[in-house]
Amino acid sequence: MNERDDQGRKRARLSPWLLLGPGMLFLFLFFFFPLYTLGRMSLSYRPSRFANPKFGWHWDNFSNAFSQYGSQFTRSFVYAALATLLALIIAYPLAYVIAFRGGRFRNILLGLVVVPFFTNFLIRTLAWKTILGDQGTVVGVLRDVGILGPTGTLLRTPLAVIGGLTYNFLPFMVLPIYVALEKIDPRLIDAARDLYSNTWRAFRKIVFPLSLPGVFAGSLLVFIPAAGDFVNAYYLGNSKTSMIGNVVQDQFLVQTDYPVAAALSFVFMAIVMVIVVIYAFILGTEDIA
Amino acid sequence: MSTHSGTVTSTRGRIGRRLVDLAAGLGLVYLFLPIFVIVMFSFNQPVGRFNAVWQRFTFDNWLHPFKDKALVDALKLSLEVAVIATVIATILGTFVALALVRYRFRGGQAVNFLLVLPLTAPEIVLGASLLTLFLEPHLVLLNHNFALGFTTIVLAHIMFCVSYVALTVKARLRGFDWTLEDAAMDLGANPTRTFMRVTLPLITPGILAAALLSFALSIDDFIITYFVSGPSTTTFPIRIFGQSRTATPPQINVLASMILFGSIIVLAVGTLLGQRRERRLNKAT
Repeated sequence: MNERDDQGRKRARLSPWLLLGPGMLFLFLFFFFPLYTLGRMSLSYRPSRFANPKFGWHWDNFSNAFSQYGSQFTRSFVYAALATLLALIIAYPLAYVIAFRGGRFRNILLGLVVVPFFTNFLIRTLAWKTILGDQGTVVGVLRDVGILGPTGTLLRTPLAVIGGLTYNFLPFMVLPIYVALEKIDPRLIDAARDLYSNTWRAFRKIVFPLSLPGVFAGSLLVFIPAAGDFVNAYYLGNSKTSMIGNVVQDQFLVQTDYPVAAALSFVFMAIVMVIVVIYAFILGTEDIA
Repeated sequence: MSTHSGTVTSTRGRIGRRLVDLAAGLGLVYLFLPIFVIVMFSFNQPVGRFNAVWQRFTFDNWLHPFKDKALVDALKLSLEVAVIATVIATILGTFVALALVRYRFRGGQAVNFLLVLPLTAPEIVLGASLLTLFLEPHLVLLNHNFALGFTTIVLAHIMFCVSYVALTVKARLRGFDWTLEDAAMDLGANPTRTFMRVTLPLITPGILAAALLSFALSIDDFIITYFVSGPSTTTFPIRIFGQSRTATPPQINVLASMILFGSIIVLAVGTLLGQRRERRLNKAT
């Protein structure tokens, strides 16, 4: 009897790890371990242009990455920050209206936010290329009104790239803000109103502070993929708007200069991870997920 | 005095409310603008190889949606990858979620953190690091070289889906009444029977939602796939990217519209079934 009890308890202690085992092993093999091989590659060198890279503490890959592609690094983070800000401005009212005035149509409205993203990322970006195209209506009208010069264009400008980034990651901003807003107890707002607070003041003092976890989560979910993206810059920009993603992609897959490309991605990831860790430290991992 | 200021704020409040509604409406328009263009251009009869300038309305593209063989093959490959990756990722991720929700154990918090990390890593880094793994010459895992292709794509897709599945199922399992399991056991069901007859049916909606999410992520993924695909394995997004330099046939828009409408139907049916189920459960309790 005693023995069986012991066994039962042991099994209970073991079973979470049996359940976790396969999934975590997979993540270890194909997420954590590749980061190690990436790090190794970033310290390797190529004996000649077409030879396989060899490992050898080549820290100059990192200094080269910075000195050659500093402007792309800066551009990536600036573009991503602006796209995040724009996404916040667009997403907040949308999430607010769905959460507080959606009523019966809440789920349908939420569905409407997600539905555009059932079309492929590349096709959506190509659609923006069509919309902003030099022969398109938008450019035509802007030229007629005089906002753009007679030969002014939208495509191949930073504005188009930032606009594309904003669009493509917008739901990642709307959904967390909605979740945060939806959790707010409406009685809190009633209480504020009973205490003679107007809507704006109630929003400023109660609703907005309580929605901040959603705002932070959304900002991260937009900022990270936007900073690492190369598709928007590829389709909507030109060589003067290229981002770090374009460089990494080109170095890895076109130039096949793996060590430099690996160093670039490693530095990029390190910067992003620092941001994420600070963030997780402040808010706890539960809120990010 | 106080009543006066009250009416003033309420008018201002009403205007503010209208402005917020307007902003939300404009947000929705912005979201749907490219979608409208995609569907519209599926009816375009382009001149030349690029379907970028509106010419003339035609049903031709919809009558011959599978005209571009390479594009259809790419779509088939994407579906195949998505199905395999989804099944495996859903199983692995659900197990992880069950472990995290059902058991209190040392390291649970750490596992949570490790799960979130892949979601916060930029896709380009995930793709790049996997490429370095698959290129590693002395890493002859399981005694065969990973030639870039189908296997590497599926492995990559499982990797980025597992975390999403685990976190989605976990979120859905919060608040699950685990005493139901004890009740089943008390009534004489063995652990397997309890899991199959009680636990599994109750957690199925969460698992299905996670599976749908991972299917959508897999079929849409471009950046990671671009790094780990071989020359003979062209998925739908990779085909579009490769082709877009030289041509954009209107069939791209037709297939994209089909996928869009198909997804809307799946979403609508899923929501309806979910609502009916909830109503039934509410009635039962």
